[in-house]
Amino acid sequence: MDVLTPRSLEEALRLKAERPDAVPIQGGTDVMVELNFDRARPAVLLNLNEVAELRGWSQADGKVWLGAGLTYSEAMEPKLAEALPALAEASRTVGGPQIRNRGTIGGNLGTASPAGDALPPLLVCGAEVKLASVLGERVVSLEEFLVGPKRNVLAEDELILGVTVDTGDESRQTFMKVGPRNAMVIAVVSLAVRVDGDLRAAFGSAGPVSKLVRAELADADSFPQRVAEAASPIDDVRGTASYRRHALRILTKRALDRCLV
Amino acid sequence: MRIELQINGEAHEADVWEGESLLFALREQLGFPGSKNACEQGECGSCSVLLDGTLVCSCLVLAAQAEGHEVVTVEGLADDGRLHKVQEAFVAAGAVQCGFCTPGLVVAAADLLKRNVYPSDDDIREALSGNLCRCTGYAKIFDAVRMAAAAL
Ligand SMILES: Cc1cc2nc3c(=O)[nH]c(=O)nc-3n(C[C@H](O)[C@H](O)[C@H](O)COP(=O)(O)OP(=O)(O)OC[C@H]3O[C@@H](n4cnc5c(N)ncnc54)[C@H](O)[C@@H]3O)c2cc1C
Ligand code: FES
Ligand code: FES
Repeated sequence: MDVLTPRSLEEALRLKAERPDAVPIQGGTDVMVELNFDRARPAVLLNLNEVAELRGWSQADGKVWLGAGLTYSEAMEPKLAEALPALAEASRTVGGPQIRNRGTIGGNLGTASPAGDALPPLLVCGAEVKLASVLGERVVSLEEFLVGPKRNVLAEDELILGVTVDTGDESRQTFMKVGPRNAMVIAVVSLAVRVDGDLRAAFGSAGPVSKLVRAELADADSFPQRVAEAASPIDDVRGTASYRRHALRILTKRALDRCLV
Repeated sequence: MRIELQINGEAHEADVWEGESLLFALREQLGFPGSKNACEQGECGSCSVLLDGTLVCSCLVLAAQAEGHEVVTVEGLADDGRLHKVQEAFVAAGAVQCGFCTPGLVVAAADLLKRNVYPSDDDIREALSGNLCRCTGYAKIFDAVRMAAAAL
């Protein structure tokens, strides 16, 4: 096994082009579990921790840029939490402090789990994912980026640079997650809702990918039912499909009560 | 591969396997067995250390990622032979039964008190939510953290 540690984005992209089999590792909270349990033995690891360009966030013209290396702890800090309240609420529910200090938005996109907690809040904020290789950059909407459970459109020579989201005008947002306890749970079902010009909801753990549902403000009454119908949940150890659908309907109703005041 | 890093304020180096965790390197190569290995999947917090001052699970950090960085383990909390206030409080409160979770909890509690000298019970609960204890039921651990906060 090799570990490559680029010191700049340019070097990282060059290394990824030379070694397309290299597995990027940022916070390691998904990758290390695979390594520790011998579930993966990549020939090469690409350590992104020293690539400063992937860190941080910035705000301009109603848009927020989130670097792929942004941690959940950073997303919870007051300034960013004010711009993206649902993402901050979702971040608070991820793991414990040790996980939130290391786990990143880029890693959540890379893993593309149907239960990824950053995904619903990003979907309701119109997230566009920026990808890059030595050949150049491209931007895909988060909906296009997620193609299946743990599958995304990232090409083997590409890295995720970050996402752009729109904060909206006075948008009201919230995030909810159902799980057996507060800390350290994989969502049985999760939901982000945003209300400004229209109604938007995105759910997790209720289908092969996190999905966005939109409606006019006037259709608030039927929205909970529509969100539940848009889901395609399965029965698994964490919950049944019918419970998930039911929970989504209730959560959407509660989220609208919070946001439509 | 060879890595160089700072541990508890001193320069160290070790030969590590590329896929190895910082926890494994600390315990097996670097002579710091204070951080415990229980789950190796970020669930229990017994491997907690500070990496550049940030609380992390050392089982989820690639040893190679710590190259050139600063690590503080539970062994580094005592100052000049005097235990850290959190360690003294854990002893005084009887917050230790089998002791396996203790190093991780001590590091997490020290990290909390560094950021927040007047933690509420909710703050304590939140700060320790990534650390599991199968023995104490947490009551004495809470007593110890409150005691340490009062002593600081
Ligand atoms: C105890 C525990 C609790 C957890 N709880 C939650 C939870 O509540 N909710 C939740 O959603 N997740 C949870 N997770 C999963 C994990 O923390 C998240 O998915 C996190 O966002 C991963 O980020 P990371 O930086 O650690 O990713 P890494 O492990 O470094 O990488 C994850 C994947 O993304 C790829 N990748 C990373 N960065 C890039 C990049 N810039 N370009 C291309 N590919 C990249 C990697 O190759 C890998 O495939 C938990 C994990 C643990 C261990
Ligand atoms: S051994 Fe690292 S969290 Fe359990
Ligand atoms: S004292 Fe035994 S696990 Fe905490």
